[in-house]
Amino acid sequence: MSTLDELRALEDQGEFIRRHIGPTEAEIEQMLAVVGCASLEQMVGRTVPAAIRGVDFSALPAPVNEAAAIAELRALSERNIRKRSLIGMGYHGTHTPPVILRNILENPGWYTAYTPYQAEIAQGRLEALVNFQTMICDLTGLPVAGASLLDEATAAAEAVTLAHSAHKAKGDVLVVAEDCHPQTIAVLRVRAEPVGIKLVLAAPDKLAEVIAAQKPFAVVTQYPGTTGALRDITAEIQAAHAAGAMAIVAADLLALTLVTPPGEMGADIVVGSSQRFGVPLGYGGPHAGFIAVKDALKRSLPGRLVGVSVDAAGAPAMRLALQTREQHIRREKATSNICTAQVLLAVMASMYAVWHGPEGLKRIARRVALQARMLAGAAREGGFTLRHDAFFDTIVVETGARTDALMDAALTAGFNLRRVGDSAIAVALDETVTRGELATLAKLLGGVELGATAGGIPAGLHRGSAFLTAEVFNTHHAEHSMLRYMKRLEDKDVALNRSMIPLGSCTMKLNATAEMIPVTFPGFADIHPFAPVDQARGYLAMIRQLESWLCGVTGFAAVSLQPNAGSQGEYAGLLAIRAYHQARGEGHRNICLIPSSAHGTNPASAVMAGMKVVVTACDRDGNVDLDDLRAKAAQHGPNLAALMVTYPSTHGVFEEQIREICAVIHAQGGQVYMDGANMNAQVGLTSPAAIGADVCHLNLHKTFCIPHGGGGPGVGPIGVAAHLAPHLPNHPLVAEAGPATGFGPVSAAPFGSAAILPISYAYIRMMGGEGLTRATEVAILNANYMAARLRDHFPILYRGGQGMVAHECILDCRGFQQGGGVMVEDIAKRLQDYGFHAPTMSWPVSGTLMVEPTESETKAELDRFIEAMISIRAEIRAVEQGRMDRADNPLKNAPHTAAEVMATTWTHPYSREQAAFPLPWVRAAKYWPPVKRVDNVYGDRNLVCTCAPLEEYAATVTLQAAE
Amino acid sequence: MTELKFTKDHEWLRMEGQVAVIGITDHAQTALGDVVFVDLPEIGREVTAGEAIAVVESVKAASDVYAPITGRVVEVNEALTDDPSKVNAEPTGAGWFFKIEASGALPDDLLDADAYNAFVDSLA
Repeated sequence: MSTLDELRALEDQGEFIRRHIGPTEAEIEQMLAVVGCASLEQMVGRTVPAAIRGVDFSALPAPVNEAAAIAELRALSERNIRKRSLIGMGYHGTHTPPVILRNILENPGWYTAYTPYQAEIAQGRLEALVNFQTMICDLTGLPVAGASLLDEATAAAEAVTLAHSAHKAKGDVLVVAEDCHPQTIAVLRVRAEPVGIKLVLAAPDKLAEVIAAQKPFAVVTQYPGTTGALRDITAEIQAAHAAGAMAIVAADLLALTLVTPPGEMGADIVVGSSQRFGVPLGYGGPHAGFIAVKDALKRSLPGRLVGVSVDAAGAPAMRLALQTREQHIRREKATSNICTAQVLLAVMASMYAVWHGPEGLKRIARRVALQARMLAGAAREGGFTLRHDAFFDTIVVETGARTDALMDAALTAGFNLRRVGDSAIAVALDETVTRGELATLAKLLGGVELGATAGGIPAGLHRGSAFLTAEVFNTHHAEHSMLRYMKRLEDKDVALNRSMIPLGSCTMKLNATAEMIPVTFPGFADIHPFAPVDQARGYLAMIRQLESWLCGVTGFAAVSLQPNAGSQGEYAGLLAIRAYHQARGEGHRNICLIPSSAHGTNPASAVMAGMKVVVTACDRDGNVDLDDLRAKAAQHGPNLAALMVTYPSTHGVFEEQIREICAVIHAQGGQVYMDGANMNAQVGLTSPAAIGADVCHLNLHKTFCIPHGGGGPGVGPIGVAAHLAPHLPNHPLVAEAGPATGFGPVSAAPFGSAAILPISYAYIRMMGGEGLTRATEVAILNANYMAARLRDHFPILYRGGQGMVAHECILDCRGFQQGGGVMVEDIAKRLQDYGFHAPTMSWPVSGTLMVEPTESETKAELDRFIEAMISIRAEIRAVEQGRMDRADNPLKNAPHTAAEVMATTWTHPYSREQAAFPLPWVRAAKYWPPVKRVDNVYGDRNLVCTCAPLEEYAATVTLQAAE
Repeated sequence: MTELKFTKDHEWLRMEGQVAVIGITDHAQTALGDVVFVDLPEIGREVTAGEAIAVVESVKAASDVYAPITGRVVEVNEALTDDPSKVNAEPTGAGWFFKIEASGALPDDLLDADAYNAFVDSLA
């Protein structure tokens, strides 16, 4: 070996592969023996059908180690040019309070948690989300707010869909004020057309007239308008109501601390972005969109809603409320496909409000407003006219022939301003602008020195009502108090830094620290999405590279990173298919075949894309019933648009006949959409292109390591074959975001959640093609090891032809109901006493648990989970055999809280020790569920979704308990 | 009280003259679990047999409720709005949903109790 070769070996560029993958080489050998395979290659051969094997990974890089990957991303971030962007348009500079930056955004206790479906072990982030909902309710002046949406533009689109379905009889015309943000209007256009909504734009001063003439079902306005004009919109809201339309207002949260909230003006729905509450610009996202509605609309609210209920002991406890609104239950009857939201960013924004409190927020807003008035004064002093005198933080200066020169001068001085047409410039002030910067801007506009003011918030629009009066917003203003409040909430929850989260279909793999670090590099964090593209060269280089790697992974020709979630990817992919049919003169093709085993988002997305859903049958094993598929494809032949199919199947099996399935659809002129939720079983072994699909989405927050953030952010890019590439999403404001022939944007930002793309970039860079393939093999091994070790205790549903599962396995718990009355929920809650998050419950088959260990779990952790499941099985047997009471046993009473186990009285027929420490290793790091089992029925019958009445509520509960 | 008739959508109806009182069956409420919300039709609405006119929700399921006959909605059970648990407690009594004044002959596929019970057994 030459010294250079020796050096190369010692550099160990593949080190991260061993860090990411849990089991060691020796453990892999042991596990293979348990599974009954001689090698990983043999195992894969028995699992993945030979006909679809093979991937060209030449586009993927060789692996580099953590230090090299971080250095590479730092260099990319430094190619972005950081200017002070005063462009506005829904994106503003903000100071992320350092205490929130480090303890939330950079803290795995918050970012590695899952969506709070298991409420008992998610009380911390549920409380933070109730704070978010309370903040949105208070600021907008409406009584019910959801726990975040993907961004402002899609929140507006969700509001429109809500209004459309709630007002069925009122026709299909939507009136939109011209001074809404342009990206919002563009997203609304894309969303409106497939479902038959006719969008009519109206000048702000003609709004009432247009409403009276058009008789729309809803009206959308921006408050303040996109260039800052602040108008009293009461008259427009009244005109909307007079015409029988709903009034939807997109509002700025910081402005609402000082101006009359739209709810008080009569608005039915208020939407917006919470970005400027402490969330970095990040070249467009992720940020938490919000939606608030009148009480009468709460059951139609899209997305997640957190409500307060009680636990089994009568103590207040939070959980996701009204889940029947969601598409996993309503499927094609759902009006929204929203699933993943922006929990991590909503938590940050809510903590910003906790940290500053109502007075602090007002002080920030007043300073920003004063800056705007001072700059307006300087402009007037400099001889310029203002387009509007009524504004909060954004002014428009009529710059006439000097527009170009002034834009250039501002750029030279370090500012991005917004050009408004040919003869005006808008400047949006924010909390990051210093006095020195304000002086520089004033001088640019010809002002002599700071001091003069002009315009501002009109007298009639000053906010009179109090907000954020709940205790939590008025307590934690000292850093110790804040630090401990966030820690207290964090400690209530189970995240990946505590134990494995074996959720089937969710791929809760490692979110490595090295992948997370670049997210907050200033060169990535401080870029405005509408900054000149030549300031975002680092982002573009990273994005193009990531796109090409994902093309390699999928076998496709092109990728769009714009969709902000898997469900949005589905929707975007179906729109691409729709546009392709239209381009070929076959726009009548509108039938979407979906197997009955599909994710609930599939039918909901198809409906949003203007398609009619036809459900096809599955056989006993959850495989597509080929005969039924053939029959339905033939029946709808000339009208067949697409098939949506998940691969490996939602039941965790590589269906042998997948190529045939795709061929049946193609023979009828249809396109095949592959749902990439289970992509973690494919990477490097097969690909969407290899199975015969035309388009797929990937969940970067599953397969490519973006953390789940407790329920978002997500990134759901789509990959397409060459013939669909001209029909990918694009963006009206940034040409680089997609093909000129594209159908328009599905997200507000050109590249969706650009700020978290470095995570997936770093993962692929550090794993390389070989590491990615290895990860898939070990993911399959871990699932099969789990199945092999548990099969004597729990029946394993669904295996492939050679007895193998893919990357997840389904444990059948239905048999325990008969003998001992034990339900699957009892098992899920009992796992919490062992410190584990339950696997996916009752999906895709009711009464089962679906386990997906991922490649990142060590053998020791797998064994711990297996021991817990076997121990629970023994408890079930004790109940079945009458050795334990059918009603009063550790399963039915799970989870057990510390308060309960340490209470003076203990009345159960089993020991406290068995309740809390069922296995020896539980003692070593006991997780105490903070509440007992949450009562969903009580909460849905008595809906409370804000924290203001929480104390009152607790008092009521105590009274009831006393009775 | 006249005899209850049933539909294969798990609804019952009881004729009071030309007016049918309608609700969901005991089997339906058991399958749904604890009902948390009922959305009722507008009084005066003209409905066609088979049309979805109400919604019943539990914590785990949302289900449409259909008009079993053609006619006009003449009364709805407002009490369910405040206390949806009546649907579980007394599905064929205080848990009724709405009343429809029939505008023509009743459909001929309504089941009697025995036939409905046999139908439910056949689903298991």
